[in-house]
Amino acid sequence: MAPVLNIITASAWSPYLVGVGIGILSWLTFLLSNHPLGVSTAFAKTAGMIEKKLRGPRVAAKPYYREHKPAIDWEWMLVLGLFIGALAAAAMSESIRWELVPSMWEASFGSNVVIRFSAAIFGGICVGFGARWGCGCTSGHGISGTLQLVLSSWLSAICFFLGGIVTATVIYRIL
Amino acid sequence: MTELKFHNLHNRKYLQYGLALIFGFVFGFLLQKGRVCYYDVILGQLLLEDFTVLKVMLSAIVTGMIGIYAMKAAGWVKLHKKSGSLGTSLPGPLIFGVGFGILGYCPGTSVGAVAHGSLDALIGGVFGITVGAGLYAAVYPRLEKVLEIGSFGDRTLIDLFRARNPWLLIVPFAALIILGLILIEIMGL
Repeated sequence: MAPVLNIITASAWSPYLVGVGIGILSWLTFLLSNHPLGVSTAFAKTAGMIEKKLRGPRVAAKPYYREHKPAIDWEWMLVLGLFIGALAAAAMSESIRWELVPSMWEASFGSNVVIRFSAAIFGGICVGFGARWGCGCTSGHGISGTLQLVLSSWLSAICFFLGGIVTATVIYRIL
Repeated sequence: MTELKFHNLHNRKYLQYGLALIFGFVFGFLLQKGRVCYYDVILGQLLLEDFTVLKVMLSAIVTGMIGIYAMKAAGWVKLHKKSGSLGTSLPGPLIFGVGFGILGYCPGTSVGAVAHGSLDALIGGVFGITVGAGLYAAVYPRLEKVLEIGSFGDRTLIDLFRARNPWLLIVPFAALIILGLILIEIMGL
């Protein structure tokens, strides 16, 4: 029992073990749910559900929401599960720590919460906007699409990292 | 078309919600254990100092690819391919990339980061990404023309290289990725 327990409570697993695990997980989602792993659609649906609460049912008539119905669905449940799973993993390794500013950011830009949060919100808006423009994120395109060898997903995944590498380099090496 | 292996499960709504919750749990558990829900690890990848993210993604791609194409050959699963065009697959993902570099999380890992207590992932990630997705829904009708530019459909690399047998592409491609990973290890990244 002890070795099993050690694995569960370890704070980090080999990235290859994790990658192979995600690959096998994708077999199961295709087989049992006829669905690929994907996350960003759930954010679009959440945005639609919130907008519907604030502005009423006419929101559902927007062209985008006619194509992506703002309601809880398989992918939304997947994201809810993702949160619980990450929480369980962090709890078992006693890795839950409240953190306002990541240590790497703090080392370069200081511990000012307002600056970090403003940057994070701007970045997040770009991530959400870009993910929907490109019809997928690092999960839907970066893992599920690429493993099916889909051209649009490989192009998207390359652009995610190209944009990210250039931006991170500008922020940390030039600014 | 013949029916998929577990087609009788696919239309059972609440069973599927339960399965999605379990699949999500495993996904989140793995992302956290792989340390890819940490800003420092993701930025380490984007600064090309720490290759954890790429190691996770590439080993998932190799594993997933072989299993999915094997099950497809057996008629057990069908592919879920997204169509693309130059107007969708370049600008959208590049904007995503810029945001990725600033936020330091992607949609899935921001949810995972909140779970271990990162509040910038809650405000910037979960809240910011939702706002961004909502903004996109607002401007979507005006982008219609741009989205159609250079459409190439849902073709795969197998179609692109005109491989008669998918394995003629999958096997060398998997070998190439594994070789790349070995190289990364040799270089100590």
